Amino acid sequence: MALSTRHLLGIKYITAEDMHSIFETADNFKEVINRPIKKVPSLRDITIANLFFENSTRTRISFELAEKRLSADVVNFSASSSSVKKGETLLDTVNNILAMKVDMVVMRHPHPGAPVYLSKHIPAQIINAGDGTHEHPTQALLDCFSLRENFGSFKGLKVAIVGDITHSRVALSNIFALKKLGAEVTVCGPPTLIPKHIESLGAKVNYNLYETLKWCDAVNMLRIQLERQDIKYFPSLRDYSMQYQLNMEMLDRLNKKLIIMHPGPINRGVEITSEVADSDQSVILEQVQNGVATRMAVLYLLAGVKGKN
Amino acid sequence: MKADKLDLFPKGKLQITLLRLCHQLMEKYDDFSPVVLLGIQTSGVHLARRIQAMMKELVGTDLLTGELDATFFRDDFRMRTEPLEPNRTHIDFLIEDKHVILLDDVLYTGRTIRATLDAMLAYGRPKSVELFVLVDRKHRRELPIQPSYVGIQVDTIKTQRVLVDLKEAGGKDQVLLVSQE
Repeated sequence: MALSTRHLLGIKYITAEDMHSIFETADNFKEVINRPIKKVPSLRDITIANLFFENSTRTRISFELAEKRLSADVVNFSASSSSVKKGETLLDTVNNILAMKVDMVVMRHPHPGAPVYLSKHIPAQIINAGDGTHEHPTQALLDCFSLRENFGSFKGLKVAIVGDITHSRVALSNIFALKKLGAEVTVCGPPTLIPKHIESLGAKVNYNLYETLKWCDAVNMLRIQLERQDIKYFPSLRDYSMQYQLNMEMLDRLNKKLIIMHPGPINRGVEITSEVADSDQSVILEQVQNGVATRMAVLYLLAGVKGKN
Repeated sequence: MKADKLDLFPKGKLQITLLRLCHQLMEKYDDFSPVVLLGIQTSGVHLARRIQAMMKELVGTDLLTGELDATFFRDDFRMRTEPLEPNRTHIDFLIEDKHVILLDDVLYTGRTIRATLDAMLAYGRPKSVELFVLVDRKHRRELPIQPSYVGIQVDTIKTQRVLVDLKEAGGKDQVLLVSQE
């Protein structure tokens, strides 16, 4: 029942049993957040700092709601309005915040590995809310939780991840999670946006969207992360859309039940059309609701143990 | 290490006791429409289902019955080496203005009941709340909580344990007082 780790740094560092514990706990929290009174007092003696060194809307609000519904005290920090701008190092910033007696840190950072580095130098528990192009573990957990709601189990489940795989921490965390849970994964996108040797993680590669969708039970559509692309990886967004956009025409051609996920933010008309994003097969908003329940489960399981703080 | 076991309801007395408690409910309430049963996870839920079935037989009313889990409201969270494992809460009615009967298998320190009273508030303000327990380990209370309907009262010491093994949970429908020496 207790997780095998005291931080959540990435899916790479946790086990399938950990994930199942999180899902089972999240089932109960999903019931809690649908009650008229959505709050429980479990974390009332815990203080959590949300340190966002990179922009975020959904993840940050989702974490903050999860923390507040567990009755934790919450402090927020964003890099744009802080001493980081004045030249302070990451470790100094965090140590100053911890000196004010903070028990847990939820952190997003543009550099891969920043949470791992911090976990070696500070006593607080750390939850990674996205580190550069590395991992975004809670997103993978909520995606898998949504798949579990739709399919019941992961054995032999076929999941496709489509889009900018190279720059996506969501893709990497999802590949780790789905493989550990026993699902099959295919990544799809332009060859320039698929990292070399991705097969070594157990994911298959297909450059054709139609074939990939024909194969899978569920698809996770990713956004093109232009802000992380230093060079041109494809001629134009219009060209990308012509080959890799999920639209009604494609769905009609497939003529089968397909669960459509998207971690957000959506670029309507680029990787997915509005019609598809708002269709019955899309579980995008369900994913957002599951995000709060899953994050509550992670916080509850990490915090709920004696002597770990 | 020797374990000494005492059967608290020998020779099928469990069913007789439950029947007596049902009759006590009938003594108290003339109209059962505002009465609801809330079983406390996990054994209390089985007990609630059993009482619901018996009451249907006795008075012909199908009492509204829910399952309540108080794990998230406990005051010993973060004092153990394992996180407390939550169970399902399932109440598909409001308890506003209802007479609530909380059911649990064993009443000991009273802390579970305290947490349950907190958890219950999310579902409305009941008209009254009463406590129904199979076994009351008296003189061991750490909070001012008293049951209204009691199957059996026993004097116990801290090292003793009460094991409730209902048939709904795949057991033999017996309640044992276990002392370890």
